[in-house]
Amino acid sequence: MTRTLSLGFIPLLDAAPLIVAHEMGFAEQEGLRLNLRRAANWSQLRDMLDLGAVDAAHMLSVMPVARALGLGSGHGEIDVLMVLSLNGQVIGLSKALAASTRTLPFGDPQIGAALPSGEILRFGVPFPFSMHALLLHYWLSRIAPDLEVTLHSIHPPRMAEALEAGEIDGFCVGEPWGTRAVQVAGARLILPGSAIWSQSPEKVLATRKGWAETEPEVAGALMRAIWRAGEWADANRDSLAELLALPRNLDTSSLHIEPALRGQVLPLARGTEAAVPQMLEFHAGLTNFPWRSQAAWIGNELAQRHGLPPGPAIAAARTTFRSDLYRVHLGPAGAPLPRSSDKAEGLLLRDESVPAVLGSLSLARNRFFDGAVFDPARSI
Amino acid sequence: MTTALTIIVVEQDRERALMIVDALREAGEHRVQVIGSGAGLARRVAEQCPDLVLIDAGDPSRDALEELTLAAGPLERPVAMFVDRADQSLTRAAIEAGVSAYVVDGLKSDRIRPILDAAIVRFHVFQRMRSELAATKAALEERKIVDRAKGLLMRAKGIGEEEAYALLRKTAMDQGKRLADLAQALVTAADLLK
Repeated sequence: MTRTLSLGFIPLLDAAPLIVAHEMGFAEQEGLRLNLRRAANWSQLRDMLDLGAVDAAHMLSVMPVARALGLGSGHGEIDVLMVLSLNGQVIGLSKALAASTRTLPFGDPQIGAALPSGEILRFGVPFPFSMHALLLHYWLSRIAPDLEVTLHSIHPPRMAEALEAGEIDGFCVGEPWGTRAVQVAGARLILPGSAIWSQSPEKVLATRKGWAETEPEVAGALMRAIWRAGEWADANRDSLAELLALPRNLDTSSLHIEPALRGQVLPLARGTEAAVPQMLEFHAGLTNFPWRSQAAWIGNELAQRHGLPPGPAIAAARTTFRSDLYRVHLGPAGAPLPRSSDKAEGLLLRDESVPAVLGSLSLARNRFFDGAVFDPARSI
Repeated sequence: MTTALTIIVVEQDRERALMIVDALREAGEHRVQVIGSGAGLARRVAEQCPDLVLIDAGDPSRDALEELTLAAGPLERPVAMFVDRADQSLTRAAIEAGVSAYVVDGLKSDRIRPILDAAIVRFHVFQRMRSELAATKAALEERKIVDRAKGLLMRAKGIGEEEAYALLRKTAMDQGKRLADLAQALVTAADLLK
């Protein structure tokens, strides 16, 4: 019997696993019919999930953790069933700020030290509780501790206009909005998010707490469909661009979507494209595994930014990323399972093979720009 | 007697804004102000120190209001999206109507309810108007495209209007396509061949 599920999404590249699960038959294979519901902003998507208008949603990885820490609007707890994507952010400067900043090659985090101090720099991000905000804060507070920076939430399609209107001096946003700021507002891209943290969990599959336990079969079917959809998305990036571009999905030209899916960005108008390794990952390796240590890192960063005691924040954060459910539902489907649900974030200089529950698996390079290691085993 | 509340309505469209203000006037003696959506929304709202903010749930600038949930200074009053814990049906009705309310910490639910009720009624009207307008517009666009496709066929094949229309309809039915989609394909192809 076919079961219908409603899923909320925001029209962005990284909604791909949900869109592919629906369009390419991965959901149908699992006996699911997906009703994809597009939201206009993250607040609306959150409300849809909170009040049961959707069963699950494409969500910023920081939102469920912020909720567990009592930050932001909304009510009820949220479970993260899996990570939908890693990385995908780009950081850019307005034309004026780029002109008064020494030029360094695209992707060199040292450019943060060259930003002019003295005036407050205003950066646009999609949402106060987003990886974009945390990465910017992590990077700038370390590389330029004297710099005064404020973050402002700006609807990504408006990022270029906000730059032109002088509302902001820079931004961190997902593609294609960074490239659009380059083309429309003469912005200069300086870093991909992966230059700050090479393995940042960007979007997650979120449900109301307890939903997956009340409906274990449906939850398992949904997770398998999305996991296989991510595999297809990684392997078929050209077709993916066409699929995402359709009016019912992102409603834009596939030409805007293709470069980021190929791992390329255009830092400067009339410049040449720069290749970004691991620009945006949907499936490879352990991309989809919701590590407790990722949630702990997010919890720790939120605690630092908002003056909360880090110990309890980390403990609350860890409960949101449900690696236990991932093991139960995706292990039997063939997903590689690590022996521990924690890893020392920032520890790996290169891809490394480690023992898994069955055989071995490859952990991807995992570095912070400053070489720091966040080891939850030591911070608890 | 209760003191009047300061209410901000975030709405770009002047006519819609006036309709909401009228509805709120009927819900009690309050100070109602309208501000536009877009640039610097969080700052402009914070400057007015409102008790309550009403905004279209799908407004592209709405996420900026989430910044107000983080009070930066000790004198600032944190704001949160209004969720009536005693009466979830009101929150649900608001979401269905497409309006969301942000309230200052500590403001009692029974003060918010009549205002939100009034706003919900108004937003339902907007929603109906919007879908009617969209449907009319789509129908008009489709008729224009079908007319153009008919014209192309009439010229290319030297046939009359009725015959051209019959040909389009039959082809659409044979191919299992919508008449408007087939007409669009024909018009696009003809434009490319120009």
